[in-house]
Amino acid sequence: MRKITFSEATREAMAEEMRKDDTIFVMGEDIARQGGIFGQFAGLPDEFGSERVRDTPITETAIVGAAIGASLAGMRPVADMHFADFLGVTMDEVFNQMAKIRYMFGGQTTVPMVIRAPDGLIRSAAAQHSQSIEAWFNNIPGIKVVAPSNAADAKGLLKAALRSDDPIIYFENKDLFSKKGEVPEDDDFIVPIGKAAVVKEGKDVTIVSYSIMMGIANKAAKKLEAEGYSVEVIDLRTLSPFDKDTVIESVKKTHRLLIAHEAVKVGGLGSEVAAVVAEEAIDYLDAPIVRVGAKFTPVPFSPTLEEAYRPKMEDIIDGVKGMF
Amino acid sequence: MVKKELLENFYTTMVKIRAFEMRIEEFSLKAEVPGFVHLYIGEEAIGTGVMANLTHADYIQSTHRGHGHCIAKGAQTDRMMAEIFGKKTGYCKGKGGSMHIADFSVGMLGANGIVGGGYTLATGAALAEKIKGTDTVSVVFFGDGASNRGTFHEAMNMAAAWKLPIVFVCENNEWASTTPYLTTTSVKDIADRAVGYGVPGTICDGNDVFEVYETAKEAIERARKGEGPSIVECKTYRIKGHFVGDPENYRTKEEVQKRFTENDPITRFEEKVLAEGLMTEKELEAIREAVEVEIEAAVAFAHESPYPDAEELYDDLYVDGGSAE
Repeated sequence: MRKITFSEATREAMAEEMRKDDTIFVMGEDIARQGGIFGQFAGLPDEFGSERVRDTPITETAIVGAAIGASLAGMRPVADMHFADFLGVTMDEVFNQMAKIRYMFGGQTTVPMVIRAPDGLIRSAAAQHSQSIEAWFNNIPGIKVVAPSNAADAKGLLKAALRSDDPIIYFENKDLFSKKGEVPEDDDFIVPIGKAAVVKEGKDVTIVSYSIMMGIANKAAKKLEAEGYSVEVIDLRTLSPFDKDTVIESVKKTHRLLIAHEAVKVGGLGSEVAAVVAEEAIDYLDAPIVRVGAKFTPVPFSPTLEEAYRPKMEDIIDGVKGMF
Repeated sequence: MVKKELLENFYTTMVKIRAFEMRIEEFSLKAEVPGFVHLYIGEEAIGTGVMANLTHADYIQSTHRGHGHCIAKGAQTDRMMAEIFGKKTGYCKGKGGSMHIADFSVGMLGANGIVGGGYTLATGAALAEKIKGTDTVSVVFFGDGASNRGTFHEAMNMAAAWKLPIVFVCENNEWASTTPYLTTTSVKDIADRAVGYGVPGTICDGNDVFEVYETAKEAIERARKGEGPSIVECKTYRIKGHFVGDPENYRTKEEVQKRFTENDPITRFEEKVLAEGLMTEKELEAIREAVEVEIEAAVAFAHESPYPDAEELYDDLYVDGGSAE
């Protein structure tokens, strides 16, 4: 199968869906002239024009708010956040409007929109351009949150998001944009929202991860396998609501669970996964659940400090070994 | 000379809003209506005059004080009343209540419990229509208090920069919740802020339905022709407390009574049409009676309707399924 970058995969998803559905349009800062900071929109304005690929003012609140309004008027807008951190500027629109409109208006409308949010650590971007904030949205009913870990899922999840009638936040890790992977060319290739993937089967321990941390989890699994541990690895792909059936089924088989993400460990998605497993499958566990995540500080600037903050492969390996 | 049909529309709508709100106040005070309600009494001419320029294809975004907008846009009073009572026959199946009524079938895209929450949504609806190439117009209502939200700036700039078909209608009722707006607002006239966006800002007497109608007409036609947004500021006064049950210890009863007696938009309409021979007392009476029948039927409908079942809690959360529980 041909290999393309994660960034190209998102672009292909947008182009394929925009060709089929003229209600899809995308707006954000620096996406048309510049093509997006990570090149993820390059070429789209040439094919779809500046009405459907729009450069906006620096106005995240209005970008998300206008996307919501446009969705109420029959469109399928995509709102690009430039950096996921800027979702903080638009939280009222996200959680008081986008998440609630369908429910509080008794199902009179759908809110078919996608917020694209590049997240994660990248080259000392520091405290306000590096965060992984997916856990905030886990606590908000009415939103779905997805986070691909590879190029194929980047395409498949984005296409599924563009076809969904629910509002979706699509976290795309900044460090993944340049990573290549095999991506199906099939126009109808989608990755269903709500379904985790068991990327590697194993018997002794389950590692649950997603987004950038999946690559690290896979490497950790390989090392552990070499040392004789049989590791099952699950890529959540959809973070809210997450596929708890797949996780619980796996834990019932392996009896051990470690959850790893780049986001801060405290109050992170791992806490919710751990709580659900504790509630529903604690009798199957042979060891305490381990969470791996970033330290509980803002993201520091200096490379040495950023490295100290970042969760690492060794944390996963040590965490797994500690269970035996 | 305004057409007879329009006169009847003005009077019917204003009287209907007044009657609706009076009953809501009564039931809220008796705690038959759960939650908080914010009444539109004294401000009826604004929603009425603006909406007379719109069709059901046009959009509005309303506020926490939104019953009047909803009625003026053409929503049914029985389903509104049922919603405010929390009944399953309400517009939102009892999920929304007073601050969250919507009727998408008439272009009423929702009241909003967040002050200043509607600007960007209305801007997006206008953007959608511009992309589609229709002549549909979007109108967002907001108060003097909401004019101080940052969302006002972001939406105004975006709408002006992209020449979107939207009108920003300020209902300046002088009270930002319990605070007199002049003590917390940089300008006396909110319309002055239009200059900062390079768009027209017009002021009208918000208690004169004729003036509201004409002023809004110009702004709406401008938007419909693709000439971009504008601000229409309607000067009015909030006759009731911020919400029903508000002790109103921040102003005197005399002040309120004086403003109401001198400037009730319904009385002013009646005096004008009778003095100018545009309508007869008999015609006005017939409208009042018809409205009374409708509102009583709405009350009965709300009373007789069942509450939602507990099983309906999860309905309409997600379209494509999914649960975190």
